[in-house]
Amino acid sequence: MKFAIVVFPGSNCDHDAYHATKHVLGQEAAFVWHKDTSLQGADVVILPGGFAHGDYLRTGAVARFSPIMPAVQRFAEAGGPVLGICNGFQVLLEAGLLPGAMLRNRSIRFQCEHVVVKVECTDTPFTSRCSPDQLLRIPIAHGEGNYYAEPEIVEQLEARRQVIFRYATASGAVTPEANPNGSVRNIAGLCNERRNVVGMMPHPERACELAIGSADGLLLLESAVHSVGQGTFVTTP
Amino acid sequence: MTITDDIVKRHGLAPDEYQRILEMLGREPTLTELGIFSVMWSEHCSYKSSRVHLKTLPTTGARVIQGPGENAGAVDIGDGLAAVFKIESHNHPSFIEPYQGAATGVGGIIRDIFTMGARPIALLNSLRFGPLDEPLVRRTFAGVVAGIGGYGNSIGIPTVGGEIGFDESYTGNPLVNVFCLGIAKADEIIKGVASGAGNAVYYVGAKTGRDGIHGATMASAEFDEKSAEKRPAVQVGDPFMEKLLLEACLEVMKTDALVGIQDMGAAGLTCSTCEMGARGGAGVEIDVSHVPQREAGMTPYEIMLSESQERMLLVVKQGRESEVERIFEKWDLHAVRIGEVTTDGLMRVKSDGEVVAEIRTESLTDGAPLYHRPMTEPAYLTEARRLPSLGAPRPADEVFRRLLLSPGIASKRWVYRQYDHMVRTNTLVLPGMGAGVVRVKGTSRALALSVDGNGRFVYLDPYAGAQLAVAEAARNVACAGGQPIGGTNCLNFGNPERPEIMWQFARAVEGIGAACRALDIPITGGNVSLYNETDGTPILPTPVLGVVGLIEDATMIASGGFRSEGDSILLLGETLDELGGSAYLKVMHGLVRGVPPRLDLQREAALLRLLVKGVSCGLVRSAHDCAEGGLAVALAECCFETGLGAEADVPRVETALPGFRDVSVLFGESASRVLVSVSAGRVAEMETLAAEAGVPVATVGRVGGDRIRIAVGGRAVLDEPLAAAERLWSDAIGNYFESQHATG
Repeated sequence: MKFAIVVFPGSNCDHDAYHATKHVLGQEAAFVWHKDTSLQGADVVILPGGFAHGDYLRTGAVARFSPIMPAVQRFAEAGGPVLGICNGFQVLLEAGLLPGAMLRNRSIRFQCEHVVVKVECTDTPFTSRCSPDQLLRIPIAHGEGNYYAEPEIVEQLEARRQVIFRYATASGAVTPEANPNGSVRNIAGLCNERRNVVGMMPHPERACELAIGSADGLLLLESAVHSVGQGTFVTTP
Repeated sequence: MTITDDIVKRHGLAPDEYQRILEMLGREPTLTELGIFSVMWSEHCSYKSSRVHLKTLPTTGARVIQGPGENAGAVDIGDGLAAVFKIESHNHPSFIEPYQGAATGVGGIIRDIFTMGARPIALLNSLRFGPLDEPLVRRTFAGVVAGIGGYGNSIGIPTVGGEIGFDESYTGNPLVNVFCLGIAKADEIIKGVASGAGNAVYYVGAKTGRDGIHGATMASAEFDEKSAEKRPAVQVGDPFMEKLLLEACLEVMKTDALVGIQDMGAAGLTCSTCEMGARGGAGVEIDVSHVPQREAGMTPYEIMLSESQERMLLVVKQGRESEVERIFEKWDLHAVRIGEVTTDGLMRVKSDGEVVAEIRTESLTDGAPLYHRPMTEPAYLTEARRLPSLGAPRPADEVFRRLLLSPGIASKRWVYRQYDHMVRTNTLVLPGMGAGVVRVKGTSRALALSVDGNGRFVYLDPYAGAQLAVAEAARNVACAGGQPIGGTNCLNFGNPERPEIMWQFARAVEGIGAACRALDIPITGGNVSLYNETDGTPILPTPVLGVVGLIEDATMIASGGFRSEGDSILLLGETLDELGGSAYLKVMHGLVRGVPPRLDLQREAALLRLLVKGVSCGLVRSAHDCAEGGLAVALAECCFETGLGAEADVPRVETALPGFRDVSVLFGESASRVLVSVSAGRVAEMETLAAEAGVPVATVGRVGGDRIRIAVGGRAVLDEPLAAAERLWSDAIGNYFESQHATG
């Protein structure tokens, strides 16, 4: 199974995603330069964290014009699994692959810390190996992770079960105190209507080994391998 | 144009220095040449006051691959790899414009590391501010922290540790010292040399603007009320540009098409050009009209002296130019050929073909003035080293809480939460206490990193205080299981033209040298920051030591937090009656007085060996040194980390001051002490190991419960609920800002 990791010039979690998929998970992984136009036959696409083009304008705003994005768009439309992590999530929002927008954290500061997220749905390629309501300890590291969407959009997301992860307390309660950045309804991650494109602010690639604090994130990557293996999320020609 | 005395003075050059220039050139300099001399001979670039002292530091050792003199030092860490590291200050800019000053400080040291062909993997910082109750200080503090985060987070290099101190003397002169470490192949380290006549000299990176002109000169003068007017001398950082440069340069370095490379830091194009030429024994000729410029109408003088950030100078092998250009194009960077290497040993600067400066490269580097500045032991010392009468001490629990609330001791989570400390997925020990620990991917090893310094100790005894800084940094890496293998220093002092300051500096350097020799820590580079004064008042002399420790097995490390209920707590080292220079005296009595703790370097060396051995064999489950706030604070920190309480009974100490027996034991800062925890069944093993090493050891208590209890000689003196104490400690710094935020 092959993971494609898209490298924008300011990506800085690209090496981490590569390490997690290739060395920890033991799968094939390849960097795809943002100026390329092909995903090199990958089964799963990861848009990694970072500051794609410096993001002085608005996070991810320039990245959606990168030459690789039409290929990502086609891959997503064909049903292939796409995971946007942190800045990758922001790029997915800007590219219109997921609804909503990111605001600055409620604290108006960058925040790097471990948080707990609750798995809301297991019928996506990145949560298929999780159990419903499972709690995962995964770090966040962002200044603009305060998810926002118009109330009717939020209602629609809820109705269609597109909220995949919510910030929760250690005991699983979804409360304002558990919300690190002010995201509406504690949303930490969501998927598209077809459920193959997932965006999330926490960094699963930073939580794949106990030596660095948590291995909970590995479950998400294993889910991708499982889902593709099962044929549930593969690109249809 | 005639160079008048006034012009010379405005360039910060002394009359005899100008005379030296006239002799070297054999003629009057052009204005551009005068500007070039003034920045290269500034204290910041030339180390003219400090060089004679720095030469006494130990800089060699079996592991040293690169000592001082290059962009950064390098030590061998096995597996064919080198750790490339250095610490540098950005104090003056950070006062004038805290966010950009700190951000560009981070950017500058990162460039020094990747310039050597190393991929940067860790940042640390050592910061000093005035008291946080002052609004100006809060603004500076918040700006510096945001700036460090803004740059490091964006470029994707984790900030894995550091330390912060507070004292009134830093109010108008904060210290921002940034340490960066990178990993390179030991045999592929790249240097800042220009050689090979005809080889092309390339400029790459951001365009040159008028920002930062005379930054190096500014950093070589005291502050006064007019400093704010120098704001244009501070540069603005662009971490995205630096990220492009970092990736592109590392890619170019893989090709072996480079002869040498250097970043344009202080003194910009001037410094990089003449230093590369001097190191390679060559000349360099450039034409400034080819330099990409951000503003119209810039003069050669301005182009040569600009300190615009994120710029590099490269010398490329003949015939390999297009290969190099292609890589930079891939990263949307435009590498521009601005000149070539020559054989005449001259730095020749042209503008549209016309020569505007022609100076021997060595005149600017090795030819800079060298001063043996006069030194006098400061008069304040006699009085300061005497401990005055302190009255009756406050109750131990009150002192304990006041110390936990003091910003120097309180949790720095509010700060490091703003730094991405996990990117690159190597961080094995999160920031918070002691050393930062990062693994080296592709090997079984890890590195423990610590930066430390204590201005109070150095103020009271520069020689001993500087030794204590070396010892503390080394002890911190050893507590994690790291064998200290190299060091770097950042020496922050006042105006060296005052004999008292020069004496402090010289004594501190002697102390560092003696400690590094005894602990076998070669100094591979560093930075000197002088003129840290505001309106004539100097900062506490603050040498900061960065020490790198090598951990052979990344799975055998220790952090400071207790691990399991029931584990035994042992105190390594000896507690003496030593309150001099302590946080206790500062916080409770507002005093920086007394004699700093004694340091026996042989015993410290034995302690370091014991720690490395104990951690690497899995015997030591946690290790935390007793520093600011003494034994009581150290024990509390071990508890806070994992939320496990502790009970301890420590031996009594005879004290000189009547009534201070408990205070001295609980809050005194005797050196070479570490609290370790081991499984209850392995206490005897630890005691034997310590005895063999010649390190005093006492089993003082056990981990468990939800309180912090300390008895002295069997008598209970402190009994605090863990949760409440933890809350005081963890919220203290944030409270200065959240309350302010609420009122807008």
